[in-house]
Amino acid sequence: MARVNPIDGEFFKSERTSGFNVIGTTVPRSDALGHVTGRTEFFEDRTFPDLAHVKIHRSAYHHARIDSVDISEASKVPGVLRVITYKDVPANWYTVLRLIGIEPNDEPVLAEDRVLYAGEPIVAVVADSEAAAIEGAARVKVGYTALPAVFDVEEAMSPDAPVIKQAGTNFFVYEGHHARRIRFGDVEEGFAQADRIFEWRYSSAPIEHAPTETTGCVVVPQADGRLIIHTNTQAAFFTLDNTALILDRPFTDLRVKGGTVGGGFGGKVDVMVEPLACIAAALTNRPVKFVYTREEEMQVSSPRAAERIYIKDGVLDDGRIVARKIMLYVDAGAYSRHSPYGTTKAAAHLPGPYTIPNVYADCHCVYTNRTPSSAMRGFGVTIADFAIESQMDRIARALDIDPLRFRLINAYRDGDMKAHRKVASGTALIEVIQRAAALVGHDLPEEYLALSSSTPGEARS
Amino acid sequence: MTVKIVNLKVNGVDKALMAKPETTLLLALREHLGLMGAKRGCAQGACGSCTVLLDGDPVVSCLVPAVAVDGAEVGTVEGLADGRTLSDVQRAFVDGFATQCGFCTPGMIMSAEALLERNPDPTDDEINEAISGNVCRCTGYEPIVSAIRDAAATRRASAEARV
Amino acid sequence: MTLLHGRGYASVNYPTGMNLGGDPSQALIHATTTGGFVVTLSSVDLGQGLKTVVAQCAAETLGIPMENVIIDTADTDTGPHCMGTFASRGTHRVGNAVIMAAREAREVMLQVAADELEVDAGDLETDGTGYVHLKGSPDTKIHVQDVAMAAHFDQGKTISGRGIFLKERSYPVPETGEMDPDSCQAHACTVAEVEVDDETGVVTVLTLHNAYEIGRALNPAMVSQQIEGGAWMGVSHAVFESTEPYYPASRAHGPVDFCEYLMPGPAEIPAQTSVILERPAPNGPFGAKGIGEMTANAPIPAIANAIFDACGVRLTTMPFTPESVLRGLDALRAEGQG
Repeated sequence: MARVNPIDGEFFKSERTSGFNVIGTTVPRSDALGHVTGRTEFFEDRTFPDLAHVKIHRSAYHHARIDSVDISEASKVPGVLRVITYKDVPANWYTVLRLIGIEPNDEPVLAEDRVLYAGEPIVAVVADSEAAAIEGAARVKVGYTALPAVFDVEEAMSPDAPVIKQAGTNFFVYEGHHARRIRFGDVEEGFAQADRIFEWRYSSAPIEHAPTETTGCVVVPQADGRLIIHTNTQAAFFTLDNTALILDRPFTDLRVKGGTVGGGFGGKVDVMVEPLACIAAALTNRPVKFVYTREEEMQVSSPRAAERIYIKDGVLDDGRIVARKIMLYVDAGAYSRHSPYGTTKAAAHLPGPYTIPNVYADCHCVYTNRTPSSAMRGFGVTIADFAIESQMDRIARALDIDPLRFRLINAYRDGDMKAHRKVASGTALIEVIQRAAALVGHDLPEEYLALSSSTPGEARS
Repeated sequence: MTVKIVNLKVNGVDKALMAKPETTLLLALREHLGLMGAKRGCAQGACGSCTVLLDGDPVVSCLVPAVAVDGAEVGTVEGLADGRTLSDVQRAFVDGFATQCGFCTPGMIMSAEALLERNPDPTDDEINEAISGNVCRCTGYEPIVSAIRDAAATRRASAEARV
Repeated sequence: MTLLHGRGYASVNYPTGMNLGGDPSQALIHATTTGGFVVTLSSVDLGQGLKTVVAQCAAETLGIPMENVIIDTADTDTGPHCMGTFASRGTHRVGNAVIMAAREAREVMLQVAADELEVDAGDLETDGTGYVHLKGSPDTKIHVQDVAMAAHFDQGKTISGRGIFLKERSYPVPETGEMDPDSCQAHACTVAEVEVDDETGVVTVLTLHNAYEIGRALNPAMVSQQIEGGAWMGVSHAVFESTEPYYPASRAHGPVDFCEYLMPGPAEIPAQTSVILERPAPNGPFGAKGIGEMTANAPIPAIANAIFDACGVRLTTMPFTPESVLRGLDALRAEGQG
């Protein structure tokens, strides 16, 4: 029996329309029969004769110069078909967001003269069998000179930190700025008006997507030279376009087939396996599979970024927040991937669902010698929400105001100007707070129950 | 490398395949017999996506060498439905919205089938324990536990009806 | 040993879509000879149920039964462009594209039907059963199968439609951060109740009570799936998934497998109660907003706040490990003694 949460139609009654045939009804999932019978076809459930396998030799260092790469022993392993280095990658330097104009291309498909994180791919081995590919990858010999590594976002930002990026800064440059900025009102004036100032620091560790199906693809060369990419990417054309650019081949040479994914959560938008599998397939003219092991999925696929967030709030004794200043640091790890975009998304989310007249934020996308992070469910927002909502709780306690009333006092409403200068509309924070309070029997005074998102808050003018 | 002939009764049908010492039961099913229901989620026995029944008991087939189970009976998700008629567990998973991405589903269902075969009226604790080796990253488990509860009730009702 | 109980609150909003590149998605629809309607996309279903929900959008707009809708997706040779599945954009962007394509196809379908029935297309309506009929005259009707046959073999028309969602690209203003990145905001308030063991530091999340405002629940059971699964992930992020002892001490960001990277099992999930509110978004498909991502967010601070409520320890670093709770309790005791 389907478990369905009730819809409370008493809220926003006049805005809700009805009279639909199938919208708003619980129709069965069209994919469920395939799932329960084992017939749903994931990319790895297709078989191809003469399938070859790709495995990677990865950096043993956090940050090092590569002095030598010796592939001779790898080539001799029985079953090894090709050993692929950066020289085999037509356009080795890329960044996935170049499709929407993000620069520079800061990541190599295969490392050239240096590595920026432990686990960075250096050599790919394609072989008849998975075992031969693993053996071949293990026999690659790389000579390194270790370089000083940076592991902390604030250390990376300091002027005396070693610069690890070719572009010359350990942070993504947003149109000349060291951070994505939010400047709204006058935050210092807000602090001057405030009765109380509260400033705290929050942080998080990286988080794995941990989908049950690991990232992977099978590339099958066609008679006409085109390559069909069977993949579990979250974005078919995004993968196609990025792969074609790396292969330096016409976009029409590639065909992506996918759409059935064993969990993504943001971890399958990085275009990590398709380019090398295509190169291997083109070089061997055989179908090639490149799929992450569980260890690779955990260790070298991008995690959710570790973040560090400082929030300083100026608050009046009656509970109104009059100024909020946020310093946010996203640990992008060694390469950009989707982090410049996620950091902007974080900026647009600040200062949370509250109307605060003076907001100042610097959201930094910082490079370190850690595993590159990238998109994950709630990108830019999940950790910020942890910080903001912890902050709200602490201030409410410090002012001895009920935590829900404190939120209602500051809740954004229709017509309010957000810090990124977009007029709020369709807001409903007040109502979800009121409804959640009712769910748990948390009493709210009549005047708070009478609040509505669609009527402007006079307290804030 | 010694290649051996392995005989298995898979979903009631006799099968033979050539297996190397390192060929796992999972690879034997998927790559030799074309049964793709069991999934490779970790190849370490930790995610349960490859769960099948070996002589009636649930096993993670990625850790079982095929040559070690010569002569065994193997049950996979492909053998549950009778034509287009789903098993009670399969039906309960569909009706209960107990699937999202579907990757863990075949293994989860095989663990549930094994449980209900030996325990027709499991408590929630027993259900939890039975699927504790099956990782699901999407559903939060509650709909799965609920579906197994529903399937158990359906099975008991039809068993009573037969008496 | 004492088991300490606490309650914590969090309220959040979440954007639908993230427009830095126009955020487009397209859909094509065509009728088969016998009245099947194929919706062709290149969008990816990660398991959230995109294929089901866009089929609902197509069936509703075309006014035909769900059984007549076929979703063909994620082949770049056949499907038109889609930006991808992320940023809580799938239902909203692809849903809108499908509705636009379905409207165009419906117009042709009604015109073909009108010609067959020798009436004005503007006087026709559908009821979702598969028939097109004259308003106020239910017996003057024709089945979509006959409409499709007539189009293919008599009238020489393709019943088809094209749809696209595109939001004007927004470039943030570098100095101020002025931008228009999203299409709408969904909302949630979560109340968490926890139990903290002051001897082991283990936090058990007992209950989560949620109120969600999501525009419109296109398929209520699938909405519940997102809320329930997302809440589980939030609990997992908060008190289970730990990269210790690897991070931040060493460079490695975490464990290597499911034996080290722990997530709550079926015996470790809180009891959940959730209520849905609907404030339809004018730009959403039938008012829907995206909620796929946000469901993991509110539980985390609600749990942190509940831990403080239970034992007075303010945890400011995720995840909330037993060690961090115990260190916090030790610090409180030291303060008390000092």
